[in-house]
Amino acid sequence: MRIQIANGRVVDPANGVDRPADVYVAEGRIVGVGRLPAGFAAEGSIDAAGCVVCPGLVDLAARLREPGFEYRATLESEMAAAAAGGITSLACPPDTDPPLDEPGLVEMLKHRARLRDFAHVYPVGALTVGLGGERLTEMAELAEAGCVAFGQANTVILNTQVLLRAMQYAATFGFPVWLSAQDPYLAAGGVAHDGEVAARLGLTGIPVVAETIALATILHLAQETGARLHVARISSAAGLEMIRAARAAGIAVSCDIAAHHLHLCENDIGYFDPHARLDPPLRSARDRDALRAGLADGTVDALCSDHTPVDDDGKQAPFGEAEAGATGLELLLPLTLKWAAEARLPLAQALARVTSDPARVLGIEAGTLGVGRAADICVFDPEARVRITRERLKSQGKNTPFLGAELAGEVRYTLIDGHLAYSSPL
Amino acid sequence: MIPNPQLNKNGELQHLLTIDGLPREIVVSILDAAAPFTEVAEREVKKVPLLRGKSVFNLFFENSTRTRTTFEIAAKRLSADVINLNINTSSTTKGETLLDTVDNLAAMQADMFIVRHAASGAPHLIAQHLRNIGADHIRVVNAGDGRHAHPTQGLLDMYTIRHYKKDFANLTVAIVGDVLHSRVARSQIHALNVLGVPEVRVVAPKTLLPSEVERMGVRVFNDMREGLRGVDVVMMLRLQNERMNGALLPSTQEYFKYYGLTPDKLELAKPDAIVMHPGPMNRGVEIDSAVADGGQAVILPQVTFGIAVRMAVMSMLAGN
Repeated sequence: MRIQIANGRVVDPANGVDRPADVYVAEGRIVGVGRLPAGFAAEGSIDAAGCVVCPGLVDLAARLREPGFEYRATLESEMAAAAAGGITSLACPPDTDPPLDEPGLVEMLKHRARLRDFAHVYPVGALTVGLGGERLTEMAELAEAGCVAFGQANTVILNTQVLLRAMQYAATFGFPVWLSAQDPYLAAGGVAHDGEVAARLGLTGIPVVAETIALATILHLAQETGARLHVARISSAAGLEMIRAARAAGIAVSCDIAAHHLHLCENDIGYFDPHARLDPPLRSARDRDALRAGLADGTVDALCSDHTPVDDDGKQAPFGEAEAGATGLELLLPLTLKWAAEARLPLAQALARVTSDPARVLGIEAGTLGVGRAADICVFDPEARVRITRERLKSQGKNTPFLGAELAGEVRYTLIDGHLAYSSPL
Repeated sequence: MIPNPQLNKNGELQHLLTIDGLPREIVVSILDAAAPFTEVAEREVKKVPLLRGKSVFNLFFENSTRTRTTFEIAAKRLSADVINLNINTSSTTKGETLLDTVDNLAAMQADMFIVRHAASGAPHLIAQHLRNIGADHIRVVNAGDGRHAHPTQGLLDMYTIRHYKKDFANLTVAIVGDVLHSRVARSQIHALNVLGVPEVRVVAPKTLLPSEVERMGVRVFNDMREGLRGVDVVMMLRLQNERMNGALLPSTQEYFKYYGLTPDKLELAKPDAIVMHPGPMNRGVEIDSAVADGGQAVILPQVTFGIAVRMAVMSMLAGN
């Protein structure tokens, strides 16, 4: 199918493009931007007047809940949510049930996800069997099955000897290691940032040192092993400062933050709002501001949704007993735009953090509108205001701290490999 | 700004969930309303008909004979029908069970829930849920939730202080002990601040203080002798058994030596200082028997006033 996306403003950070132009798609690929390819006769056209045409978003953390948690979400529901959110590539953490620690499980997931309307799925394999932190997985086999990186989701490897070996083994094959940083002893029982709000509400705190101590360990081991380290979900100013220092010392490390951490802080817990029960926790306003600055200056490589569908039973509980997590696929773009507007950033710079930059972290050819590349494209109206409601969300996870909020930016069309995977009801 | 969930749109008390964020006038009006109820206890017929025909459910997800009993007595003296439910829960019990229970009791035409729960915020969740199901005519009184709040205890403590000290304006008050795990301490701190006590101190080793506790409006003392110097009121906290030996404290003996209220430490306070304790006391751990039974202790009057304060709260929530 040959499609012409006409009259839009093309914002393509990877190629330094921000100008009105038409985009031409044929055979699932981009065949022209601004220049009509010779002999191109469109079979269909998309009117993008008033809209931004950008690469489909690349999300570094989206839980699809398969296998094992199908009562919370299914591939169908979450892929529909991804397309509605303009996301065309996503990495999913290994914290499924069973965890993604065997090639068969990864092959099954890849197979299930191979539908035309579905975003490209990049599984992150488990670094240790069962995420247990004791035995290494068959990383090379898992990579052949489709894993692009290896990690522990939100768990950690307590035994530093095992962690060292796991990073060495991954480095042997050049596989990236994605780790989150939270010392389980210091975070034991914790449900909120260890600060003023937790003190007042009587909630068990997770101190910032839980992040920095774990971070120090994995940064030292990355330096020791030469493993390509990606730190998932930095939450504090102090953690960010350590990433900066590590880079200055020549350690190869990238990192991401979750979109909700960009806009919320501990005060948003309000009167025990379980929607604000997140992992890592929402930290102080000062931490949030540091994350915003770090994302703008590039210390933070990518912004992700940290999509975690939680059912109502999991959320309708006292704060400390509620499950952590929020739905995020359909909020990633509007929350990026909100940040860009508030921080007065050029749109291309902001969109880079959800397109070309995460694609670079993943090591995939995505997040670009370069001629010859896969036609993964998001067309959105930056002015349209959308109220986030349970009814509107396509994800089976209906819980987010942004429920009821009105946000600017509505996806009109999502193309995956040149195929129209989503178009908004007008 | 999120609206305070315990006030209705006219700013009247709808539920009593925490003292945090309550306007001063409401706190004072509860203390004022409690005064006449102290006299009810001295009558031959210890009853007033203010809650006649109302059903008060004691909903205790965490055991507490003492607090439950005082609420039961208070409700009965107001002529309410009292139903006691002790719902044993473990930490693994799911939230839906809690709300299922609430739905069931709401269907039994309850008028008031007195809630005790091990999780901070459980009474807020119940109040929110009652609003969601259109049953917010049912009032919720927090009888202690996790580490968060124990507002009736905070209020009865204020009543006691006012009884003995008349005025809050020139007082120095020290709260001593396990502030970190104490819902009582949090309610006391909020109450003392809203009533205008100029100096509220907390006295504890660093392991028993929450991070950034000073932002709640207190001065922090790690040395008990320093912390007690010149105070008008000493409010002791109970040290739970499971905290006594481990990573928080090395031993009860060392705790008693450095943070137990002994006669010689009490001498550093003002000569007319009063000593309070929410009970039950650990004699020889946080308080010496000589102090607990001494002339400055007002621990038993606290219990008596507690019933009057709880009567005042229930009566006010019932619309009187």
